[in-house]
Amino acid sequence: MTTLAINNLNVTFSTEAGPLHALKNVTFDIPENRIVGIVGESGCGKSTLINAILGLLADNGTVDDGSILFEGADELTTLSASRMRDLRGPRISTVFQDPMGALNPVISVGRQMINIQYRSDLSKEEKTQRAIDMLELVRIPDARAALGRYPHQFSGGMKQRIAIAMALMMEPALLIADEPTTALDATLEVTTIELLKDLQQEIGCSVMFISHHLGVIAELCDDVVVMYAGEVVERGTTRQIFQNPRHPYTARLLECDPARQSERTRHLPTIPGEIPDLRARPPGCIFANRCHRVQPACTAPPPDAVIVDGHIARCFVANEPTEVGGIA
Amino acid sequence: MSTDPILKVEDVQVSFPTGGLGRRSSILGVAGVSFEVHPGETFALVGESGSGKTTLARAVNGLQPISEGAITFEGQRIDTLDRRSMKPVRRRMSMMFQDPVGSLSPRMTVGDLVTEPFRIHGVEGRNLREEAARLLTLVGLPVDFVGRFPHQLSGGQARRVGVARAIALDPALIIADEPTAGLDVSVQGEVLNLLNDLRERLGLAMMIITHNLHVVHHVADRTAVMYLGRFMEAGNTEDVFGAPQHPYSAALLSANPEPDPDKVHDRITLPAEVPSLLARPRGCEFHTRCPWVRDNCRSEPPVRHHENGRTVACHFPLEPGARPPVAETSPA
Repeated sequence: MTTLAINNLNVTFSTEAGPLHALKNVTFDIPENRIVGIVGESGCGKSTLINAILGLLADNGTVDDGSILFEGADELTTLSASRMRDLRGPRISTVFQDPMGALNPVISVGRQMINIQYRSDLSKEEKTQRAIDMLELVRIPDARAALGRYPHQFSGGMKQRIAIAMALMMEPALLIADEPTTALDATLEVTTIELLKDLQQEIGCSVMFISHHLGVIAELCDDVVVMYAGEVVERGTTRQIFQNPRHPYTARLLECDPARQSERTRHLPTIPGEIPDLRARPPGCIFANRCHRVQPACTAPPPDAVIVDGHIARCFVANEPTEVGGIA
Repeated sequence: MSTDPILKVEDVQVSFPTGGLGRRSSILGVAGVSFEVHPGETFALVGESGSGKTTLARAVNGLQPISEGAITFEGQRIDTLDRRSMKPVRRRMSMMFQDPVGSLSPRMTVGDLVTEPFRIHGVEGRNLREEAARLLTLVGLPVDFVGRFPHQLSGGQARRVGVARAIALDPALIIADEPTAGLDVSVQGEVLNLLNDLRERLGLAMMIITHNLHVVHHVADRTAVMYLGRFMEAGNTEDVFGAPQHPYSAALLSANPEPDPDKVHDRITLPAEVPSLLARPRGCEFHTRCPWVRDNCRSEPPVRHHENGRTVACHFPLEPGARPPVAETSPA
């Protein structure tokens, strides 16, 4: 079954300078029990996507078209506010970049972990035990004593693990993790993603993992969705995306990663140009003004070309051979 | 390193008071750090959030008083200067702060933002409109951006405006705190290339703070690895990356995720947690997590080894390619 099926989603914000088309024809699935990575630069619509899923779009934002189907039953774009509240937390939970934003600094960790179980019928003792179990699961040493401590008494890595424990406490079907490892050093980043992988297996949930860090995506995710200027330009399995990128943006993005330059260089590769103004989207391909393989046809909207089943690129030339073979 | 250093930091400590009534004590955010930055050189500080990188940068810039040590900039002792005498120093040493959009006032236009340094420092006799055009061209932005507001900029453009502000008064040193955080890899490359071009053209020295090791590898001449407010290891970037001698740098470098789903990692996993600054471990402060720990690491602070411009704070510096001595167990 598919945990989250996003189909042809369009979101517009009304601004003083006219409507801003923040998400355009976004389609992808988060299958059950899989970790799906979302890659894209700031402004590509990742936050809008999260807010659309959680029903938290700002007042000037509207879903014009499309659907977000959760567990095959709930249509999130038209869900009532009260049903949405029932889903947020127990069924769909989130972890953000800054764990201090998720933890209340003046309430002990234990109390926060018990409080968030307010929907559960367990007794106080059982809830406490559940909190201890979760802290042990995220490898917080001396979990029982940790319950009495306050967020500032933990290190950055531990705070993020506590935030993950709280997000997974109610065993949600979907965890949305928005750059959860960005503030951590490489050793803690790796431990945190390994932990996330283990917990995902154990709880059997799906994860939508958002990151700029291509290395982390490659290591953690099963599938990858590449977003650019509010569109999904390519999606596929992690291997398909990293080893055989078919959209020119994906290919260039991977080439730009300094981690791929094994020779030390002072001049890092870039993608020249800027994202077009989303208030005046070009009628054709959104990447055409920066694309190294642009053709006359690109002034018309490109198709979602199927490379193989499940590997899709929104590009006219996606099925033509590339001159560099994809890997830099 | 025949030239005189532009910045010399000697045994600097920064302490923060903690505790409330009757229980006053202090913690060391920076616990005795020494380094030099030479003209035209890029010096990188790496370490996790909370390791003291930003505190150290703020101390260098005079935004954070230091409790011990000395900071010398262009031959002048600057840690003892008061606010007023520090002001001219800041013309020569500019700082780029972390959040690209947040560090720009939302109500000022780009033109006002890039010329604000001239007004703050009372630089007269300059045509500000021309200066704005010059600076925007220098950082690769169209001159007609002068009328835009920060919310009309992309992350990369906002960063360029930040760079323009930083170079406005012809500084000798730029301190850039996470100059690429939150930018995607292509925009990150643009910003780093820009900084590097300016460094070459204007002969700037740079101090870059980041936790992106891939970035450090490409842009930095020298790198210092920070942990709990101290340098664990410092040296030429290629030496440190090629053969780390401190167990923490070795672990950091081995952990670095790479964009290849089939990569087989040979990682050094670190057990236990980062200790609290309130309870620094005895002896070597890394011993609680060190896979190579031996008895005297637990009781005696390591002596710094200096060799060929390289510093390692370890009793037993690693040989190239060293692996942890015992079979690793998964972290408890």
